[in-house]
Amino acid sequence: MTEHTPNILVYGYGNPGRQDDGLGVKLAESLEKWIADNHYSQVHTDSNYQLNLEDVATISAYDMVIFADASKEDIPDFWFEPLEASDRVEFTMHAVSPAFILHLCNQVFNHQPRAYLLHIRGYEWEFMDIMTDKAKKNLEAANDFLQVFLQNLIQSDG
Amino acid sequence: MGQKITIEPVTRVEGHGKVTIHLDNDGNIEQTRLHIVEFRGFERFVQGRPYWEMPVLVQRLCGICPVSHHLAAAKATDVIVGAGTGEGLTPTGEKMRRLMHYGQMFQSHSLHFFHLASPDLLFGIESDPLKRNIIHVALEHRDLAVQGVMMRKYGQEVIKATAGKKIHGTGAIPGGINKHLTEEERDYLLHGDDYMNIDKMISWSQDALEFFKEYHKKNKAVIDLFADFPSSYLSLVRKDGALDLYHGVLRAVDTEGKKILHDVDYQEYYKYIDEEVKSWSYMKFPYLKEIGKKTGWYSVGPLARMNTAEFIDTPLAQKEFEFFKKYNEGKPSNKPMHAHWARLIEILHSAEKIKLLLNDPQLMEGELVTKGNKQLEGVGLIEAPRGTLFHHFKIEENDMISMANLIVSTTNNNQPMNEAVNQVATRVMTGKKEITEGMMNAVEVAIRAYDPCLSCATHALGQMPLEFEIYDHENMLIERKFKG
Repeated sequence: MTEHTPNILVYGYGNPGRQDDGLGVKLAESLEKWIADNHYSQVHTDSNYQLNLEDVATISAYDMVIFADASKEDIPDFWFEPLEASDRVEFTMHAVSPAFILHLCNQVFNHQPRAYLLHIRGYEWEFMDIMTDKAKKNLEAANDFLQVFLQNLIQSDG
Repeated sequence: MGQKITIEPVTRVEGHGKVTIHLDNDGNIEQTRLHIVEFRGFERFVQGRPYWEMPVLVQRLCGICPVSHHLAAAKATDVIVGAGTGEGLTPTGEKMRRLMHYGQMFQSHSLHFFHLASPDLLFGIESDPLKRNIIHVALEHRDLAVQGVMMRKYGQEVIKATAGKKIHGTGAIPGGINKHLTEEERDYLLHGDDYMNIDKMISWSQDALEFFKEYHKKNKAVIDLFADFPSSYLSLVRKDGALDLYHGVLRAVDTEGKKILHDVDYQEYYKYIDEEVKSWSYMKFPYLKEIGKKTGWYSVGPLARMNTAEFIDTPLAQKEFEFFKKYNEGKPSNKPMHAHWARLIEILHSAEKIKLLLNDPQLMEGELVTKGNKQLEGVGLIEAPRGTLFHHFKIEENDMISMANLIVSTTNNNQPMNEAVNQVATRVMTGKKEITEGMMNAVEVAIRAYDPCLSCATHALGQMPLEFEIYDHENMLIERKFKG
C-alpha cells in the first residue's frame, strides 16, 4: 500500500442483539482480522447501534467511507452502491441516515468523503443475538465482495 | 362539525407514537391522547435467562440509551450478588460506573439540545419545517453545530473507555466493573486535542447555557408559557438532598414543592408506585399509590430533578441551579420548556463530574468487584437522561430470572406528556378551521421537551411515519396529513 491509497473507513451499524439487524456490525468485525492479516493500515473499521451526530466527526477524517447495514428490502444477498449526500430529515432524529451524515459532514467540516452503501439482506429481527443461516450466507458473500473491492482499490492506487 | 385530529407519529421522537385530538362542534378541544401503538414484551423475554446476563441483555431494548439500561440492570444484579444496594461497591467500581453514566448523560443531553431542540429555538416553532433541523443550524450557526457534534463524540468516547465498547458494552457487571481506566484513556479525555478535552467540554456547556438564557430573555412567552401545567415530580436524590444522577433515595414533590414521597429506599418502590393500564395505549401510566390513580401521576427527567434536588455538588452547575431556582421563586418549575434549561444545567454538571473523576487515581487502580451472599431479588434505579429508570428482577435458586419489571423514563412521563399535548392543543387549535403544520409542530414540541424514547418505553422495534387525522364528532375521517 502506498501513500496514494485513500484512508478508508468501513462503518457497520445495527443492533446485533436483534438477529439479522447486526449484519453491518458483523461485517465490520469480520473485516478487522483480514485488515490486520494483510497489514492494510489505511483501512479501518468502526461500528455502532446506529449512526448519529458524532459520526460526522468520525467520517471527516477519511477519504472514503463504506457504510454497511442490514436491509429488509427484496435484494438477492447484498447490494453495493455509491452514496449521495442528502439533507432529507428522517422521521426519527435519535438516529440519522448515512446520506444525512455525509451532508452534515460537508456542512460542518467542509469535507465530504467518497461514500458507498453496502446493504446486506436480513430476514429476522427478534431479540436474539443469533443470525439466520440465510443472513450468514449473505454476510459471507458481502464480505468476499468487499475484500475484492478494497484490494482492487489498494492495488490500483499502488 | 366536531373533529378528531390524529398526529402520527411524533417526529424527532424515537419510537412509535400517535396523537389524537378530538374537537367538538364548536372547535373546542374535547379530548387529547398520546397513544403508543407498538408493543414488544421484553420483560417476558428475559424470563428464564441467567441474571448475570441482564446488564448486557437489556441493552437490546434500545439503541438510544443502552448505557442507562446497562447500569440499571447492573445495579439490580448488585443486590442479587450481595454487593449491596448501591453503596456496597468498591470505590473503583462505583466511580467507573459513575464516569460511564456521566458520559452517557453528557452525550444524550447534548444530542437533544443541539440536534432536536435548537432548531425549534433558533428558527421558531412555526418556521418552515424543512428548515427546522441540524443541517440548517449548521448553515446559519456553524459553531453550534460543531459543538453539538463534538460534545456527542466526547460523551461516546467516555462510554467507550468505561464500557469497553460502543455496542453491547460489558463494563458494568454484577457487583462492580470489569476494567480500570487506563492512563492513555484518562489523558485523552483530559487533554485530547481537536476539541476532545474536558475543559473544552465544560466551556462549551457554559456557552450553551448562555445561549439558552439569552434566548429565554427574548422569548419568555415561548419558554415560560408554552404548555405550562401543574405537576408532581419524582427522582432519585442523594441522601443529603443533592442532585445525584447515579444513586440515592426516591423523592417526590408536589407542584408547590411539598414532599409527597419522603426519600424512600427504592428497593421497596412497589410499595409506593403502581402502574395503571389504559385500553388505548400500550404504555402504562405510573402513579403514587398514596395519592391515587387520578392525581398521583408525576413527571421525571431533568426538570423533575431540578425540582426535587436541594443543591448540586459541583460549583458551576450549582451557580446555574441557584439562578434557575431564583427565577422560579424557589418553587418547582411547572414549565415543560424549562426542561431544556434543566438539561443544559445537567450537561454542565456531568462535565464537571467527568473532570473530577478523571483526576481521581482510584479509577486506575483498586478492587473492581464486591461479592456477598446471593439474594433472590434486586431492584436497580438510575436517573437516565430522560428520567428515573427502574429495573426489578427476581430469580429462582438456579439463578434464572423468574420475574422482570422495567419502568422506563418515558413511561413515567406518560401522563405528563398527555397533559402537555392537551395544554398545547387547547391553546393553538381551539376554534381554528384549518390545522396547520405549525400547530402540529407545536404539539410535537411539547412532547419533545420530554425527549421521549417511545421505542424503549414500549420495548418496540422500528419507527413510524407521522400522520395527522381529523375526524368529525361522528368519527368520520375528514382530513389526513402525513409527516416524516
